[in-house]
Amino acid sequence: MIEIATKEVVKPTDPYVEQFERWIEPSAGQNPSWLFPIRKAGLARFAELGFPTLKDEDWRFTNVAPIAKLPFKPIFHGRFDGVTNDALNKLAFASLPGSRLVFVNGHFMKELSTIRSLPDGVKVSSLGAALASDAGLLEKHLGRYVQTDTNAFAALNTAFFSDGAFIYVPAGKVVAEPIQLIFVSTARDAGATAHPRNLIIAEGGAQLRVIESYAALADAPYFTNTVTELVAGEGAAIEHLKFQDESLAAFHLGTLQAQFERACHVNLHSFALGGRLSRYDIRTKLAGAGLECILNGLYLTKGDQLADHHMVVEHAAPQCASHEYFNGILDDRSRGVFHGRILVQPIAQKTDAKQTNRNILLSDEATADTKPQLEIYADDVKCTHGATIGQLNEDAIFYLRARGIPLETARQMLIHAFAGEIIDRVKCAPVREELDKLVWERLEANPHLTEKK
Amino acid sequence: MNEPILEIKNLHAGVEGKQILKGVNLTINAGEVHAVMGPNGSGKSTLAAVLAGREGYEVTAGDVLYCGKNLLELDPDERAREGVFLAFQYPVEIPGVNTTYFMKAALNEIRKHKGEPELDAMEFLSLVKEKMKILHLPEDFLKRSVNDGFSGGEKKRNEIFQMAVLEPKLAVLDETDSGLDIDALKVVSAGVNKLKRTDNAQLVITHYQRLLNYIVPDFVHVLFDGRIVRSGGKELALELEEKGYDGIVSRELQPA
Repeated sequence: MIEIATKEVVKPTDPYVEQFERWIEPSAGQNPSWLFPIRKAGLARFAELGFPTLKDEDWRFTNVAPIAKLPFKPIFHGRFDGVTNDALNKLAFASLPGSRLVFVNGHFMKELSTIRSLPDGVKVSSLGAALASDAGLLEKHLGRYVQTDTNAFAALNTAFFSDGAFIYVPAGKVVAEPIQLIFVSTARDAGATAHPRNLIIAEGGAQLRVIESYAALADAPYFTNTVTELVAGEGAAIEHLKFQDESLAAFHLGTLQAQFERACHVNLHSFALGGRLSRYDIRTKLAGAGLECILNGLYLTKGDQLADHHMVVEHAAPQCASHEYFNGILDDRSRGVFHGRILVQPIAQKTDAKQTNRNILLSDEATADTKPQLEIYADDVKCTHGATIGQLNEDAIFYLRARGIPLETARQMLIHAFAGEIIDRVKCAPVREELDKLVWERLEANPHLTEKK
Repeated sequence: MNEPILEIKNLHAGVEGKQILKGVNLTINAGEVHAVMGPNGSGKSTLAAVLAGREGYEVTAGDVLYCGKNLLELDPDERAREGVFLAFQYPVEIPGVNTTYFMKAALNEIRKHKGEPELDAMEFLSLVKEKMKILHLPEDFLKRSVNDGFSGGEKKRNEIFQMAVLEPKLAVLDETDSGLDIDALKVVSAGVNKLKRTDNAQLVITHYQRLLNYIVPDFVHVLFDGRIVRSGGKELALELEEKGYDGIVSRELQPA
């Protein structure tokens, strides 16, 4: 007797489609009416693109198969789940003044959040609340920048996001104190997934500082998949800092999609400390002439961590400057990945694009992959890139020792300096000081720091 | 007679298997300034590197005693804490390490080693402000990263400034004159001369006689092909200036 087994082919994206049909479809009729088609398109795009593999050039060094293998458990409901003000006060930047929006597993927690008095017309709220109160503004901007066509995880976020922050600063307004967006995970289930979604609009001449931080109060292989859309209007001055300190068991993928207009000044920082696997896609479009942006990042990894920074800087207007500085300090078997693509469009004459990626390996098993990619279609441009992977500078160690400083202290000083170079570019003084302290505490807790290699 | 600070006996040393020093003998007593002169490749910088303990240099024979102790068995930082100072020919730029922080750490390591109390930030600042004036260093100098973006002259002045702060018993100046214009040379030399005392010693390594117009040595030695081939008083430097190394070094010592 022959038994014929029929087996349906299950695509890795199928569970996502099922969850969408079960949970998101029923809300299709809810206001605002324009949102559901955007979600639906995001889902379709995700199902079409599927999970990237190592064969995909943009994912050559970062294997997301462990994420695809997780059961997909989107967290649809917000609850405090034990997160208190006391718990929040132990997190980084707790002592900063200014407004803070707190999200637990991607859901806004009004009772834990503080919104200070803001200049006229400035809006700081949850995205969920803004969908009701500022639907017109959101329709104009939400999902208009992010490139879901090439970014599967941004498409997934677009399909599933439940909440996030909305910040709107009208022309000429100045928000002096940094606004903190705090995303806390309490997930204890493998595959529990949050999809935070932020929209930050600074109109012409506006000034704004935002700290977007991710922290965990539990250890589990949960998944954070975040998207932030950021628009800097003409002459705006923006400082945006992402501080990623997820659980070491967790997966964190994030996209920052930014559009910059004429003569604005933007500083984007990334500090990646946590996560089993983390990736930050920074995609910037320099859309107006004569602007300046700095992309600045530090990643510290240990154990089996992998931290990936994937940059696309598109010069789409003349006379813009983009400077990228990324340093990595890698220990144990951990890996650092840096991919920096600079795209200079034919119109972008007098571009000044600079990129450096430096890595220090504290262990023989740590690895760094770095890949600059310059695509230049204009002829009058200045583009430079440089990458280093190695140990500490032996000449510098000898110089310090020749003045009486012991080897261990000399090594610490140099590593501190290496991290400090990045931290020093943070303009907001209290944030910079706290980062300096915090990064140094993490480094000092590392026994390999002082070992002779 | 003063006690010897440095005794180099039959020193043989090299790098990557290449023999460079081939039996150097030199004794420096407290209160003395010695100059070692020699052409390129004679072993001047190797001598400085071996005394400071730079990695990669191998001593194959001979001894170096510092205040009667075996210098060669000490780590570079131990030597520095014991009072040996090398003014680098090429001072290293260390971006991100603040000059004040670095110098205070170095001075306090040395003070701790001597059993003296460590200086706090205020005490340290008042000490260094004095020394900065001697070397004509700019006000913002202490706030900058160590040698980072310094001109050649600033780097050399920084070396002598460090020497002034750390007050070594033995200072080895490795081609401190290279890359200096005449004004900078005068400032640096005046700084070195102010640091001369009866209980310390200086070893000035140089290619050119020019520096010795300003730092006047008690003894001059000519290093050639890894050996000291002539020693004399300060007039030897002038003779060297006049005749060149070819005129001083006898024919049989010169390579064929």
